[in-house]
Amino acid sequence: MQAHDASPRVATAAGGPRVDMPSPKTAASNNTAEVEPASPEVVARTPAGSDADVLSRAQAGDHHAFAQLYSLHKRRIYSLCLRMVGNVAEAEDLTQEAFLQLHRKIATFRGDSAFSTWLHRLAINVVLMHLRKKGLSVISLDEAMEPTPEEGPGRSFGAPDLSLSGSIDRLALERAISELPAGYRLIFVLHDIEGYEHNEIAAMLECSIGNSKSQLHKARLKLRDAMRTFPRREGRR
Amino acid sequence: MQDPKNMTCEEFQAQMAELIGSGEDVSVHPHVLTCTLCRALLNELETIAEAARQLFPVEDPPDTLWEKLESAIKQEGNQTRG
Repeated sequence: MQAHDASPRVATAAGGPRVDMPSPKTAASNNTAEVEPASPEVVARTPAGSDADVLSRAQAGDHHAFAQLYSLHKRRIYSLCLRMVGNVAEAEDLTQEAFLQLHRKIATFRGDSAFSTWLHRLAINVVLMHLRKKGLSVISLDEAMEPTPEEGPGRSFGAPDLSLSGSIDRLALERAISELPAGYRLIFVLHDIEGYEHNEIAAMLECSIGNSKSQLHKARLKLRDAMRTFPRREGRR
Repeated sequence: MQDPKNMTCEEFQAQMAELIGSGEDVSVHPHVLTCTLCRALLNELETIAEAARQLFPVEDPPDTLWEKLESAIKQEGNQTRG
C-alpha cells in the first residue's frame, strides 16, 4: 500500500467533524489564485450554505470557503498533531503544513470518502513524514501499522500491577505515550485520545478494522509495560 | 486449535491481540472468566485508556496560525504566477 494523498479509497462512517461530499467533483486544477484576506472565525459564522457547498466553493478556489474549512477542522487536526509530536511549536508547523497541502490538493478530492477522513489522512502523512525526518524509523503508513517484531509489545504475562488499577501517574503516562513507536502512538491517539471508532481509523489508515483493533491492543500493552518499568516518583502511585 | 477453557495465561495473552483483531470480546473469553490475573490485565489496559482520555484537553491552535497559513498560501500563489 502506498501512502497517498489524493484519494483515500475507503468510505467511512460518521464521526468527528465531517464535511460530506455527496457527489464527486472535478474542479479547477489549482486554486492558488488571488487570495483575499479572510478571517476564518468571521467566515465560519457566516451562513453560507451546506458543508458540501463550502467544500465545493473551496475546491473552486474560493478563499473564504477555504477559511471556513480551516475553521471547521483546525481543532481536530491541531490536536492530532500535538498529541503525535508532544510539542506545541512542532504541532503548529505541522498543522500549517497539513492545511497548506490541503490547499494544494483540495481540487483532487473526489468524494470517495468523507472529507474529514481524507483530511486526516493527509495530516497523518504530514506527521509521519515529519517523524521520519527527525530520524525515526517510520517511512509510510504501512510501516507505521506493521511494526517489526522487535518493536512489538513486550510480554505482558505476569502479575498485574495493582498500582495501575488505581490512580495513574499522569507524567508517567504522558512519557510512555511519547515513547511509543509512531505506529502504536498513532493508533492509540486516534482511538483512545481523539475518540475515533475503529471503522474510521481503518478508513484513515487504509487498514482493516481488525488490524486497527489488534494494533490498539498492542499499543495499550506496550504502554502498560512501559509504565511498569518507569521508576515511581516519590509520593505518587 | 487450543481449548479456550484449558489455556494458560501465557497462551491466552499470546493470542489476545489476534482475538481482539478478529472482533472477539475477550472479556467474556472462557479463560478470562476463570482467571483473575488476565481479568486484572484487561482492567489495567482499560484504566490506561481511560486515563489517557483525560490527559490532553482539546485546544484550538493559536489565531496567528491562520495568518501564517494565509501568508504561505499567498506566497505559493505568487510563485505559481511568477
